[in-house]
Amino acid sequence: MKKTVTVCLLLALLLMLIPQLASCKKGGVTTLYVYNWGEYISDGSEGTMDVNAAFEEWYFDTYGERVEVNYSTYSSNEDMYAKLSSGASEYDIVIPSDYMIARMIEEELLRPLDFSNIPNSVYIDLEAMFGAEAPYYDPTQSYSVPYTYGTIGIIYNKTMVDEADLGSWDIMWNEKYTGNILQFNNSRDAFATALFKLGYSVNTDSEAEWQEALALLKSQKPIVQGYVMDEIFNKMENGSAAIAPYYAGDFFTMYGDNEDLGFFYPSEGTNVFVDAMCIPTTSKNPEIAERYINFMLSKEAAIANAEYMCYASPNRLVTEDADYRAAMEELHPDAMEILYGTGEMRLEFYENLPEQKLMMLSHLWEDLKIESPINTSIIVMAGVIAGGLCTAFVFFAIRRYRRKKLLVRLWQ
Amino acid sequence: MKILSRTYMWVVFALLYAPILVLVIFSFNDGGSLASYTGFSFRWYGELFHDSVALQSLKNSLFLAVSSSLLATLIGTFAALGLDRMRNRYVKGAVNAVTNIPMMNPDIVTGVSLMLLFVAVGGILGLSEILGRWTMLMAHTTFSLPYVILSVLPRFRQFDRTLREAALDLGCTPWQSFYKVELPAILPGVFSGLVMAFTLSLDDFVISHFVSSPDFQTLPLYIYNQTAHNVKYSMYALCTLIIFTILALLLVINFAGSIGKRRKEGAK
Amino acid sequence: MKQKRSLLERAAAVPHMLWAVLFIIGPLLFVLYFAFTDTKGEFSFSNIELLSSYSHIFFLSICFSLVATAFCLLIGYPLAFVMSRAKPSTQKLLTVLLMLPMWISLLIRTYSLMTLLDNGGLVNSLLTSMGLAPVTIVGTGGAVILGMIYDFLPYMVLPIYTSMSKLDGRYLEAAADLGCNGFQTLFRVILPLTVPGIVSGVTMVFVPSISTFYISQKLGGGNFDLIGDTIERQFKFTSTYHVGAALSLVMMILILISIAVMNRFSDSDGEDMPI
Repeated sequence: MKKTVTVCLLLALLLMLIPQLASCKKGGVTTLYVYNWGEYISDGSEGTMDVNAAFEEWYFDTYGERVEVNYSTYSSNEDMYAKLSSGASEYDIVIPSDYMIARMIEEELLRPLDFSNIPNSVYIDLEAMFGAEAPYYDPTQSYSVPYTYGTIGIIYNKTMVDEADLGSWDIMWNEKYTGNILQFNNSRDAFATALFKLGYSVNTDSEAEWQEALALLKSQKPIVQGYVMDEIFNKMENGSAAIAPYYAGDFFTMYGDNEDLGFFYPSEGTNVFVDAMCIPTTSKNPEIAERYINFMLSKEAAIANAEYMCYASPNRLVTEDADYRAAMEELHPDAMEILYGTGEMRLEFYENLPEQKLMMLSHLWEDLKIESPINTSIIVMAGVIAGGLCTAFVFFAIRRYRRKKLLVRLWQ
Repeated sequence: MKILSRTYMWVVFALLYAPILVLVIFSFNDGGSLASYTGFSFRWYGELFHDSVALQSLKNSLFLAVSSSLLATLIGTFAALGLDRMRNRYVKGAVNAVTNIPMMNPDIVTGVSLMLLFVAVGGILGLSEILGRWTMLMAHTTFSLPYVILSVLPRFRQFDRTLREAALDLGCTPWQSFYKVELPAILPGVFSGLVMAFTLSLDDFVISHFVSSPDFQTLPLYIYNQTAHNVKYSMYALCTLIIFTILALLLVINFAGSIGKRRKEGAK
Repeated sequence: MKQKRSLLERAAAVPHMLWAVLFIIGPLLFVLYFAFTDTKGEFSFSNIELLSSYSHIFFLSICFSLVATAFCLLIGYPLAFVMSRAKPSTQKLLTVLLMLPMWISLLIRTYSLMTLLDNGGLVNSLLTSMGLAPVTIVGTGGAVILGMIYDFLPYMVLPIYTSMSKLDGRYLEAAADLGCNGFQTLFRVILPLTVPGIVSGVTMVFVPSISTFYISQKLGGGNFDLIGDTIERQFKFTSTYHVGAALSLVMMILILISIAVMNRFSDSDGEDMPI
């Protein structure tokens, strides 16, 4: 009995110790928690620069203190938001997209930045990105520093698509390419393709316009091969699909594997996004975080990131660098034009939709997803099988009944 | 007729294995494409061992499989003991029926129902981040429990009760008679239950899909995320390794027994 | 003599009972609760009413899984028969060959099938190199059914094979002696005796195929939403748990009914046997 008690006590002690052991910090090292999109930083693979390691080294050389970067990733703005707003986490840097930044500023989840710690921010070239107007999500530009931006265009396979069909969103509704068209598997992006084709705003207030877009998407369903997201990479690379809308930066990755691929911006206009570095209000080391942001804007780090991700960089140090331009043009002859030549186009941000509109969108999306093309042959087959089953059931029932009667008669 | 039926059999097996074989062959492909084979190489295997996410999910998978199978075996073995000794027929029937629910239900319903439980409880406790390592442990233990009970219970039924009585007569306490006489007899059942729970946990995707969070990825979840994104070809290497591990395991389980038998016969 | 049970024996099942109440009954009660409440937590039938707009999804799922199950039976039954007639040593190898796919993750098998059948996949590049027109398979309903057959065929074969290998060879000899031809032996002797195997095989194929979501996502390209896809979306993307719970509840009931019907089949034939 005594033994059991001692064992129990020991176990309890151990359990109490575990969390303390885990939170034990190495002396003098501060941890900086960075929360970024997956594969969104140059990480040292295949001979690239390991930006986080370089930051740790640079920080020690400059300030004489050890900082350790704890880097984790998310795959959607909503995941990141859920994590951050739960309050259980202590991130120092997050990199949300435009509409999410607007929402987080509104909910006071982000702290204003001290730009005296971010001298490199002078290299951010907002005008080249969006013209004279400040972007809507952070009008005063006091909460965020742009990290990358990009646009959606249409990727197509030159061997499968006629040159004459290019140029507009209409190509995604062209029945010539039945079974070879890919569509976004998320409501906002899929509806945007239809709204752009119709010439409406992607943030439209009119329910009728959303309904019209839904009808258009429904009419597209029979000719679509699939609703996919990042599977687009593989499908386009191995020639399994001919047409897919996706981000310009990702086109270069695909082009690297399949030189038959081409890219164009639809004439009706397209969506633009900005991912920007922000510091949450819960950050314990905002000063170090600001220095991290500053480091990310420094020439080497920014170029390394821009070359790794292939998205457009808002940083003048990058775009004016000859080596970077050469590297991009080696990737694809028109790379600079595709990435940075969007100034004249009709570009539209996704705005943060109000709750009620998001609900409506989710209902419309559900409507689209549950509509299935009628597959007569399968239904007929199923009908035959069900009929067969019923007959067999009746047959067995009758036989059993007869045998029972026979038994009764024999008994008598 | 015999040739015809043989051909039929091998054709079906060939079709069953064709996609898997293609996967295995292309994991040794030097180029990064499924359309053309450009030469033999271990390139993707090398990359796999540098993929920290894959290695972390392997660790998570092993942690989960070991802990959930041990927990399920512990609870399940005692449950089988209790069920074997239970006298009240109605209680016994009820327990049996409830135990079988996770086996009858489609995985997705089990997963969804557990997720609802965890999320609701998390909401009450104010933990919005409840899903993860511990909910996975609970879920995996839950769905492997019935299999453990199913493999242990027959051993108890087959056990000769007079042996236990003899042990009691010879002065053993009930605990001793259980520990020294009965436990060794049911051990093979416990062991096969453990193995089954282990493999079930390692293989499960559907239930994990609902009760885990991105922070706690197991191998099947990693594979799912890979196939939903831009597939790295190192995933083919990973799948090939999994396939060969399973093949080795199956061969050991199926043929080790017969070798043992042969040895016994030889000794005669 | 009534033997007294020790405390250990009395209490042994208690942890399991607690566990079962917490993690088996509890979650199902939550499904019920969510299915019959609205987002404000008030009792309502609105989710159940909403299900009528999903009726064709149920219909489609049932059709797909019925066809897949039937094909599995048609392909699997002869296979099991041939396997059970092979030499014992070959049989052992064949069982391993049959079980290996069951142990390999469904994700891996479905994905490799998709890469094989894709427009730019191996099958189509073979076709084009032979000068034939490529066929679009992925993204059609046929591909979903093909995937179900491919993934779940072993689950059909194994139980049928087990009941076949238990079948006494002397029955077949007796049937032949009594003047049965091949077909009569098959339909009057082998088939009735393997009904339990068929029933468990059919259950093991039907249940996972009606609840699948990975197969329809990969091979159907998201064009064909089955019940599984719809439920998955409610929980993983749109967070409409209440609708999802109602869908799950209906699916569960549907499956319980079909299992009951299936078992009735095997019972009725069991009674037939002695005569």
